[in-house]
Formats: sequence, C-alpha cells, structure tokens
Amino acid sequence: LAHLLPNRCQSFLERGLLLLVMLIFLEGTALTLGAASSPDISAQDNTGGHEHLDDHQGIAGSNDRTNYTYTKKAFPVLSLDYHHIQVPFEISLWVLLASLMKLGFHLIPRLSSIVPESCLLIVVGLLVGGLIKLAGEEVPPVLDSNLFFLCLLPPIILDAGYFLPIRPFMENIGTILMFAVVGTLWNAFFVGGLLYAVCQIEGTYLSQVELLPCLLFGSIISAVDPVAVLAVFEEIHINELLHILVFGESLLNDAVTVVLYHLFEEYSGAGEVTPMDVVLGVICFLIVSLGGIAVGAIYGILAAFTSRFTSHTRVIEPLFMFVYSYMAYLSAEMFHLSGIMALIACGAVMRPYVEANISHKSHTTVKYFLKMWSSVSETLIFIFLGVATVAGPHAWNWTFVSVTVILCLVSRVIGVVGLTFIINKFRIVKLTTKDQFIVAYGGLRGAIAFSLGYLLDKDLFPMRTMFLTAIITEIFFTVFVQGMTIKPLVDLLAVKKKQEAKRSINEEIHTQFLDHLLTGIEDICGHYGHHHWKDKLNRFNKKYIKKCLIAGERYKEPQLIAFYHKMEFKQAIELVESGGGVKLPSAVPSQVSMQNIQPKKLPPPVAERALPQFTKGREEEIRKILRSNLQKTRQRLRSYNRHTLVADPFEDGWNDFLLKKQRLIELEKKVRPMSNYLTVPGAIPDSPTMCRARLASDPNAFYNIKASSDGVPTIQVDLASPQSPDSVNMEGADRDEDQGLMMKPAGKGEKGEGGNKNPGLMRCLSDPGPSNEDEEDEPFLP
Amino acid sequence: MGSTNSTLSKIPNVEELMEETGFTPAHIVRLYDRFEALDKEKTGHLRPQDFGAINRLAMNPIGDRIIGAFFSPGQETVDFHSFVRILAHFRPADKKHPKDPSMPEPVNSRTSKLKFAFQLYDQDKDGKISRAELLQVLRSMLEMQVTEEQLESIADRTIQEADLDNDDAISFEEFRKVPLGRARRLTYQHGPLQHSAPRILSQPHRK
Repeated sequence: LAHLLPNRCQSFLERGLLLLVMLIFLEGTALTLGAASSPDISAQDNTGGHEHLDDHQGIAGSNDRTNYTYTKKAFPVLSLDYHHIQVPFEISLWVLLASLMKLGFHLIPRLSSIVPESCLLIVVGLLVGGLIKLAGEEVPPVLDSNLFFLCLLPPIILDAGYFLPIRPFMENIGTILMFAVVGTLWNAFFVGGLLYAVCQIEGTYLSQVELLPCLLFGSIISAVDPVAVLAVFEEIHINELLHILVFGESLLNDAVTVVLYHLFEEYSGAGEVTPMDVVLGVICFLIVSLGGIAVGAIYGILAAFTSRFTSHTRVIEPLFMFVYSYMAYLSAEMFHLSGIMALIACGAVMRPYVEANISHKSHTTVKYFLKMWSSVSETLIFIFLGVATVAGPHAWNWTFVSVTVILCLVSRVIGVVGLTFIINKFRIVKLTTKDQFIVAYGGLRGAIAFSLGYLLDKDLFPMRTMFLTAIITEIFFTVFVQGMTIKPLVDLLAVKKKQEAKRSINEEIHTQFLDHLLTGIEDICGHYGHHHWKDKLNRFNKKYIKKCLIAGERYKEPQLIAFYHKMEFKQAIELVESGGGVKLPSAVPSQVSMQNIQPKKLPPPVAERALPQFTKGREEEIRKILRSNLQKTRQRLRSYNRHTLVADPFEDGWNDFLLKKQRLIELEKKVRPMSNYLTVPGAIPDSPTMCRARLASDPNAFYNIKASSDGVPTIQVDLASPQSPDSVNMEGADRDEDQGLMMKPAGKGEKGEGGNKNPGLMRCLSDPGPSNEDEEDEPFLP
Repeated sequence: MGSTNSTLSKIPNVEELMEETGFTPAHIVRLYDRFEALDKEKTGHLRPQDFGAINRLAMNPIGDRIIGAFFSPGQETVDFHSFVRILAHFRPADKKHPKDPSMPEPVNSRTSKLKFAFQLYDQDKDGKISRAELLQVLRSMLEMQVTEEQLESIADRTIQEADLDNDDAISFEEFRKVPLGRARRLTYQHGPLQHSAPRILSQPHRK
C-alpha cells in the first residue's frame, strides 16, 4: 500500500508516525521516571524474592530489613518487580529518550537549521521535567555533579581531544593560552568584582553577599564551556582557525577554573585572602595544568605501549584506549588536577602511535564509539539541564540575574577585544574584527558552570540557590540567544565583507593560481620561524620514541604497502558510493571527498561544445564550477565540522591527493592524449631522478619516470604533465614534519625498476608535440 | 648577532647578493638555514628531490612548476645564490621607498611577481599563455570534479575574456590587466617570507 501513495505524502506519513511514537514514548517515560524517583528504593519486595532470600540467609541478619514470613501463596506466574532493575532501566530510558529526540529533530526539516540542537534539547528537558512535575512526582536530581563530571563529561572531552587538529592547535597555542588564562581571569574578576559592587548598592537587598562568594560566582560563570561551544559551533561552519581558538580556549580554561574555584571556595570560609594565598594560587595553577598534562601524557604513552602488543588480540584494542583515557581522567581528578587537560593530553599523545599499531577496523571502532558516546553525552547533558531547571529550587532576584547576564557579555567583549589588540602584535595572521566578534559572541556557558554551582556547600553559601538561578539564566541566555543568533549574524557579517561582485573568470583562476604559487613559495621558505627545534623534535620522535611505541618493524617498513591498500580500499568505497565510476571525473561526487564538507552539486554535463558566444546561463554555470571547485590551499579557509570524522586533515589530504593523481592518470589515458604535453626536457638517464609512486598499474613497484632518453643533459621535471603524480618523493617523506600515516622510503633498491613499462605513456610525456619541438631547449627563466 | 655574522661569512659574495636582492643579513641567514635544512646531503646544491621532500609542496597542484622555476634548464642543481635570487621575487615589498621611476623595477615588485607567475603558466616561453597551457593549469587546479568538456569551456571562456588582441592566447600585458585586487597576498606587507621568518623581517630595513 505504501508505494501506492505519492512520495511526498508517504514521507510525511512516516515522519508523522515517528513523531507520534516519540511523543507517546515521551509521555510514558516521564511518568515512569517520575514514579520511579519516589523514595522507596530500599524496601525489598517479597513477592519475587525467593531466590534472594536463599542468598541472604548466609549473611546472618546484618541488615534485618527483610522480615519474611514464609506463607504459602499461589505461585506467581507473572510478577512485576520494578525495583530490581530500576537503575539500569532508568539510565537506558534516558539514553533512549535522548537519542530519539536527536532523531526527531532531524526529521523536522526546517527546525534544525533555525534552532541549534542544544536549544531543542534543553526544551525537551524542560518538557520532560514539566511533565514529571505535572504528574505530581518529584523531579529526579539528574544533573548530579558526580554523574556529570565522572560519566557525562569525559566522553565529550576525549572525543574532542582525540580528534583535536594538532597543527592548528599548536600554531595558535599562544593565542589560545592567552584567551584561556588571561581572558578567564579577567572575566572572573570583572564579573565578580562588579557584582559585589552592585550588591553593595542599597536598594537591592543583596548586601549579605560578600566579596569572596561573588568572586567565586564570577569564576564559575566566566568559564567558556566546551560542550556548549562544540554543540553550537558545529552548526555554523566557521573556519578552522576560529573554531580551534574558541574550542581550545574552552578546553584550556579548565585549569584556571579549577584553581579559582577551589581557591575561593577554600577561602570563603576564612573570609579573606592574603597575598600569600595569591602566590599559592599561581603555583597551584601551574601544578594543576602541568600536572594534568603530565598525567595524561603518561597514560597516553602507556596506551601506546600497550597497543604495541595487541596484534593478536585485535578485538580488545579499542578497549585499551578508552580505559587508559578514562583512568587518566580519574587519576587527574583524584589529585584535583585538571582532568580535562589530562584527557586531552592523553588523547593527543597516544593517537599517532596507537594509530600506527592498531588495525584498521579497530581504528574505525574507536572513531565511531567516541563519536557515539560523545554525542549521547552531549544530548543527555542538555536534556538534564532542562530537567534540572524545572527541578531545582530557584531564588529569583532580578537585579542579580540581569546584572550577571549583562556583565558576562560586556566582560567577554572587552576581554576579547583587549586581548586581541595585544595578541595581534605577535600574530602573523591577524584576527579581524569579524573574528573577534565570533570569538566574543561564541563564548557560551554550559553545564560545567551549573555543575560547579551545584557542588557548592549549602551551609557555606546561603545564596547558593540564587547563584544557581543566575547560572541557569546565563546558560539559557547564551545557549538560546547567542546560539540561535550567531549563525545569522555570521552570515550577515560574511555577506557584508564578501563583496560578491562578479569576479571575472580570469580573476578567479589567476587569483587561485597565485595563491597556490605563494603558498608554494611559503612552503619552500619553511613554515616555522623556529624550524629547527620542531625538526629536532621530530627526529627525536622518529629515532627513539617510535621505536618503543610502535609495534615491531612497522616504523621502518614502507608503510606504503599498507597505505596503498588503505587507499585502494577507500577508492573502492568512493567508487561504490558514487554509483560505479562510469565516467570517473563527473561520477565521483564531492560528498565523499574529505576536503569538502558540504556536498557540491555538479552542474549538468555540458551539451554543446565551445561556442564563441556564451549564454548567461552557461557563464553562471562556469562561475559556479570555478568557485566551488578551485582547490583551497590553506586549511584555515576550510569550514570545520567535528562530526565529519575528519582525521588529520593533512593526512587525508595527502591520501586524497594521491587518489586524485591516480585518477588523473586514468583520465589522461582515456582522453585522447593532447598534443601539447610539455615538459622541461628529459633527464640524464643515470642520475637519480625523482622516485615517484606509480599507483596506476602495479601496486608494489615504484617507478622511475625516465623520459625517453635523449641524452639531453637537463633535468626531467614533469611540470605540466598531469600524468605524473607530482613529485611524490619517497626518500623525502621521511623528514616530513607530520604525523599520521607516513610514507617511508621503499628503499633505494626499488628505484631502478622499470621506467618504461608504458612506452606509449612515456612518449606522451616527453613528446611535446610537433609544434613545440624547437622550444624544448629554451631556458625556463629568461 | 654573532651567529649571524659567522653564518654570513660562510656564504661567498654575500654583500653582492644582499645588494641585488634587497634582503637584510637576517633574511639571508634565515634563508641559508633553510637551504641547509633542505640540502640533506650537504652538497651545497639543491636538487629537485630536495624540493620534493617538502610534503606540502608536493600537494600543491602547481608544486612541480614552482620547483621547476628554481632550476634553469641546463642545470640540475640550484645553489644558494640562485635560490635566494628567485625567492627575492617574494620578499615583502619596501613600503618606505618612494617609487623612483628612473630606477629599474625592484625585483620584488608586484609586477615582477606577476611576471614570475606568468612564466609558470607559460611553459614554452613564447610569451603567451596558449589555450593548451591554460588547460593544463586548470586541470591540475580543478582536481577531478570537473569534466573535460567543462574544463575546455572554462579555458575558452577565460581566453575570450582576457584576450584583447584576439590571438587566442593571453599575453603578459593582458595578464596584468586582470584585476587581482583581491589577491591581498601580492600586495605589500604580505610576502610569504613574512610568514616564515621571524618577526624582525617584517620591517625589512631595520638593521
């Protein structure tokens, strides 16, 4: 019957059904959870408990809560024993609810583009909380700080840390640290101090709030929250630089927050802070942050080392990684060090080595599990925030709350602008005003602030409820107002600056060409001013560390074999996903390409050949092709989205690059070889010319592309020929500054292999065609 | 800076080089360090595979052309002087020097950068970018998402737009006329060397 309905009606029907199911489920969940939270857990039910009683007889009445009398009743064929399974059941129910909600949002077409998911989830939480309250039950205190810090937060942080793009992070580490440390300190003191001043004003009835609690409040609320930032930023597709700035800041400010929080909490009892305490605070900060990193690094190395030996037990490889990371977090928390930094350090340290050791499947497993857990955690956190809002005791004070919200925004803006002013003096790529705006506006607060507030001792801080209310209001404000408006504002700003006046096609092409050229020159000049120490670090890494941590001889072996298989695999997948590569160039949609996040729509294949007159439509088409397809050289131009499982972009770019080169080769084979392949004339036959990986025909041979020997004593640099995978140098790859799957030299012995496997190809390479033969010998540079 | 002087003394004819290219001693030292880092076998010359070792460069669609630009035909190696001379094209421009029409065009002016780029297009050195050359460039830049016909029509359109004297090719003059105003990286303070060199290099005439 379904296929009889017209398509649109059918999908609508499906969606409607699903939504209905979810609503019913929601209602049912609410009631169950509400009922279950009634404080009756300790009583043990007699009806199903025969087996339990047998066990308990051995425990000589240590807890005599169960007085049972064995009376003969009819044997219960079917009985309900909810308490038996209560806790796991509730947990599963929440998780299921969260996931179904997530599903639901994406079914409603326009909703997810207007409202960020986090807002919707909070609303759902509010609904559930409201339903529970309506049902008359007490709302469970779900956002318990322990639960949050020990169970919900680690997956998200681990996911973030593991997939942290190391290079942009390290390039901008100065800026990030400035924002994280100085920025958070500034925020905390500004907000705390001014709040205290406001509280002292006569008419607000707040004069009992002293300075230290205010500062404590300031420190809780000033920290940018990684969960919220991640949730909102992933939808606005800003470029990688900004993403890494805000996100990095949210991660690293954990150390500052921890120290400030403990400091003020500690001394709120004492009532005053001496300069000595300040010094101790600074020392504490250093210990907390560096200690956290150290703990993480140690566990990371342990994990890497363990993974070296797992070649026979592939199945539990992912487990090691997760457990070691979690233990790193717990160990750091044990010493009151920064658990977040420990997790990040652990993930970042173990990743290159573990990835070299574990199997491809384990790798995928790790990726997917991390994404899954972090996604569920995030969803749960937001829902719980909603529920906690409904639940928590509130003490609303207009002055306090509104001043808080305003001050947070103001201090953030001032802080960012001021810091950027200073930072730009040291940065090469300056932060523009638009960047500053995004950084300032993107400083969202989230559940960490709430949990920290929740942890406050009721006795020491009588105004705890007021604090909590203010925190929740601030969170709501940032997530809802800022979260929802940041995307349109970004678009607005972008449009203003873009001046999308029609660039001529020439302009597009030549600008891109120049960009490539300048990038190339930059790369030749060397990327880092402190090139040497990075080089040394890499050499140290390769010489010693990799030997220890990477299994067997894998650090030496030409990973090219494994790499080639990986690539072939990937190419096969791409081909399948693109629906069979009938015509390779147009059949491979860029959805699959890792370099492009949004799928591009290829314009329909051109029907007519080049006519002198171009219709307007065609011109538009051409422009569209150009704009969307010209390769972007610098990653900072690429939009960044952490949910698209992008590993090290460079590594993937490398793989993709080779993939494309291979396809270019195949394309060139298909296309009638054009007569104008130009090369700078051929090589000295016996000089060791560049060794290139010929992946087209024979996977295991590495070809030397020698031009047909003319004996012309010049270098063979296949500049223009698209046939050659451009300068993939096997020997040189060793010194690469990058981690990831490295292409190690195949060994010099293989260089000599058959360069003339494809004589036809060879001729095309070196034969510039009839008209240009004379110019072979002209100098390149006049 | 003692280390600068000692490094400078290692380089023959360094005064002349600085004069010709306009690099300061700090620049030269920086470039020399880079040259040595690239020259793994310490031969004092760079070969194409040394350039090829730069991974990012290999990923660049026109990476090979750029490398080729360093080597004059007839040579398979590049020594430090030639290395520096070519990079001189990309030195951040001297904002402070007034434009003196009587002096020859400075080596790192916008025009000479454009000329350099033009030469990378124009493989056969006939002073024009022919349709085929353009097609090759487009093919390497546009990766694989564009079909052959689309490439050809793009090439046709490009030539049609730029070609003013109707010879079906783009000459340097026509190339220059393309409004590349948005190519910020060509203009003054954004030379590539600024990115890589220590901050001191952004003020090229500070001794």
